[in-house]
Amino acid sequence: MGILAKERDIVVPGEILATGMDFLPAGGAYRDKEDIIASQVGMIQIDNRLVRVVPLSGRYASKRGDTIIGKVTDITFSGWIIDIGCAKDAMLGLKDATSEFIERGADLTQYFNIGDIIVAKIFNVTRVKSADLTTKGPGLMKLTRGRLIDIQSTKVPRVIGKQGSMIMMIKDMTNTRITVGQNGKVHILAQDPEMELIAVEVIKMIEANAHKHGLTEIVKKFLDDKLKGKNISIDKTKAIVLEKKPILKNGEENV
Amino acid sequence: MSLIKNHIIGLVNAGKREDGRGYLEYRKPIKIEYGISAKSAEGSARVCIGDTEVIAGIKMEIGTPYPDTPDQGSLQANVELLPLSSPEFESGPPSIESIELSRSVVDRGIRESRAVDLKKLCIKEGEKSWIILIDVYSVNDNGNLSDAIGLVALAALKDAKFPKYDKKTDKIDFKEHTEQVKLKKIPIPITVFKIGSKYLIDPTINEEKASDSRLMITTTEDGEICAMQKGGNSQLSVEDVEKMVEIAIEKGKELRKLL
Repeated sequence: MGILAKERDIVVPGEILATGMDFLPAGGAYRDKEDIIASQVGMIQIDNRLVRVVPLSGRYASKRGDTIIGKVTDITFSGWIIDIGCAKDAMLGLKDATSEFIERGADLTQYFNIGDIIVAKIFNVTRVKSADLTTKGPGLMKLTRGRLIDIQSTKVPRVIGKQGSMIMMIKDMTNTRITVGQNGKVHILAQDPEMELIAVEVIKMIEANAHKHGLTEIVKKFLDDKLKGKNISIDKTKAIVLEKKPILKNGEENV
Repeated sequence: MSLIKNHIIGLVNAGKREDGRGYLEYRKPIKIEYGISAKSAEGSARVCIGDTEVIAGIKMEIGTPYPDTPDQGSLQANVELLPLSSPEFESGPPSIESIELSRSVVDRGIRESRAVDLKKLCIKEGEKSWIILIDVYSVNDNGNLSDAIGLVALAALKDAKFPKYDKKTDKIDFKEHTEQVKLKKIPIPITVFKIGSKYLIDPTINEEKASDSRLMITTTEDGEICAMQKGGNSQLSVEDVEKMVEIAIEKGKELRKLL
């Protein structure tokens, strides 16, 4: 009876993590009679009674409620096909894309064109695991400028931190605007290219050190060191404002 | 225009690059490893520029010289862009890109510079001569495959030794090697990319996609241009080409020291 593995242990599929009914399997683990067994390679997290295996790497699996950053790959009669880095492509339907009325036979490229990068939310995952997206909501839009980088989707929670503490710190210290998609795409909008580079470096650093204790302290020190020599005064009055604008028609740039 | 391309052009116009390098700066360090397949190839090498990685192998065999050059051996190059190295490469017959790379970077660069003395490859005039086969494989493409491929082909050639050939029995013993293949010159290909009005070298994959045009220039140590290959959709003026050649000669010196 009891827990057999230690917190933050690396386990392989088939390893017995705990025995007895005192524990419950969460993501990456399952129950077989009395035992809780790992179903994937990863790190153990024990949360009171919950035993969970957090994967160290791997593809993104779509989950309802996730905000993601995707790329438009195709346009169909009823909407857009979006590549979100998941095994299955996601679908953005006409009625979920915009609140305005779209006439029959209208040119859909005026809303989203092939190659556009969008921030969207998954509002449903179908039985065959393909995601349905929506771009109606605060912060959901087409991205027209800024830098896009890729990280492992499994490291996204560390980049965001508890209640967004980590990402808030990076945003404040580098004076950038950062959108993190749960699928591992990160969008950075900076006033100053130098700050953008630092933000990119920090995010890559978090990705590489995601397994470490006290990451926030390490990141803070890293940022302090980086910013010390730069001597760039952060002008808070010129903070970047990027409010959501209605999607413009006829190829106008949404800047 | 896509977000990424837009951003790269914006950065370049502001005097910056995606990873904070200067316009005329290679990713560091450029790693060159010799003899990575010493058992099965006469010469082999691996080159890493940043995350871009390529490998090359040299095989030698004996064949008949071409009728128009009976006193010369021959040199053949083949570049294989493996699907594992980029999501854009497909398996199957060689793509336009791989033919461009093998023809212009390796074949033309090394042959036209006369780096290898083909006359020394001849064993018996009109009947027997060595054939040098250069095979280059891409392992990972993160931009600037052309420079990496040019460098790795040279590194492998530099590493190559002739296998032992018995004239009486007409057999090659690939287990034993005799003398080194001699390189008279070292032709280094440098690809200069143009984004907007700026010239830059060693682009990342995103910069490569955002570039308007590129010119690959192969130069030898005495500043002789032995091959050129233009790519991309926009045109180049005479001044453009002149500046690009200058950059190629300058950067060629830098890379030549690494070999």
